[in-house]
Amino acid sequence: MSSAAAEGHVSEHVVSLKIYITIFVTLLVLTGVTVLVATIDLGRLNVIVALTIAVTKAVLVLLYFMHLRYSPRLTWLVTGAAFAWLAILIGLTIADPLTRSLLVH
Amino acid sequence: MSSHAAAVTHQHQFDDAAQQYEASALGMWVFLVTEIMFFGGVFTAYVAYRSAYPEAFGHASNHLDLTWGGINTVVLIGSSLTMALAVHASQIGKRGTLVTCLLLTMLLGSVFLGIKAIEYADKFHHGLVPGPAFHYQGADAHQAELFFSLYFAMTGLHALHMIIGLGGLAVLVRQASRGRFSPAYHTPVELFGLYWHFVDIIWIFLFPLLYLVERHT
Repeated sequence: MSSAAAEGHVSEHVVSLKIYITIFVTLLVLTGVTVLVATIDLGRLNVIVALTIAVTKAVLVLLYFMHLRYSPRLTWLVTGAAFAWLAILIGLTIADPLTRSLLVH
Repeated sequence: MSSHAAAVTHQHQFDDAAQQYEASALGMWVFLVTEIMFFGGVFTAYVAYRSAYPEAFGHASNHLDLTWGGINTVVLIGSSLTMALAVHASQIGKRGTLVTCLLLTMLLGSVFLGIKAIEYADKFHHGLVPGPAFHYQGADAHQAELFFSLYFAMTGLHALHMIIGLGGLAVLVRQASRGRFSPAYHTPVELFGLYWHFVDIIWIFLFPLLYLVERHT
């Protein structure tokens, strides 16, 4: 058994079925919550709540279904870099239209 | 044919099987990074136009079917679970469970695409497809047309990824049923799982951004 483990993937982590089921149920609950909250008028908060729930769901999928939590630091770096560039892409693009009205006044 | 023994050995450029696996996994993550940036462009377009025309996007969004969208979200999360269970089965060497979970993932993926087809047909029927046949009942038709252009571009790209995923799953089912994978070697299952979950994450964002813009009115 130990020799089989030695020639297997040392870095690989076998996530327990209990964790998978827990994450699955949490994702379903969060889906229900996001639909419910969308039917209530919270003004500008609506979009913030919807995106917060979506980010939470995405992080759960990344950490547990995609095993990022048990992955090498290099994988964290690559994934983090992706979201950093995505933030630059979206942030700098909408910084333009959102601040144009400031120039008029 | 002892395919297991052959599969465990690593290529000469790697120190051991573990290093070979880490390199494969990192390659898959780098590919997913390019996918994030690829979808990021469309998401950026969405953010720019929604911030410009919030009311029109809100009204247009209410023409999407929340029930089908919600069911599809549950279906896709379910397929992510069966995919995760497939990876788990391959790690502990349960061939039968692996094949079953891969087939279930294919089934749920097909259900998702079937529901998407129903929704698309409905949009064609109601004249909500951008182009000459676009007949939108309501204010700001041109701005609503932008919303539907983004809707079809984003869900279409996502559906294309699902179709490619179904092809990948078919290959995995064939390989798995032939005993190609073992606890020591199942890298293709693991890496395909990353792709499938990534496609799920894209939908996790598409659902609230397209279907839940202004449901409280």
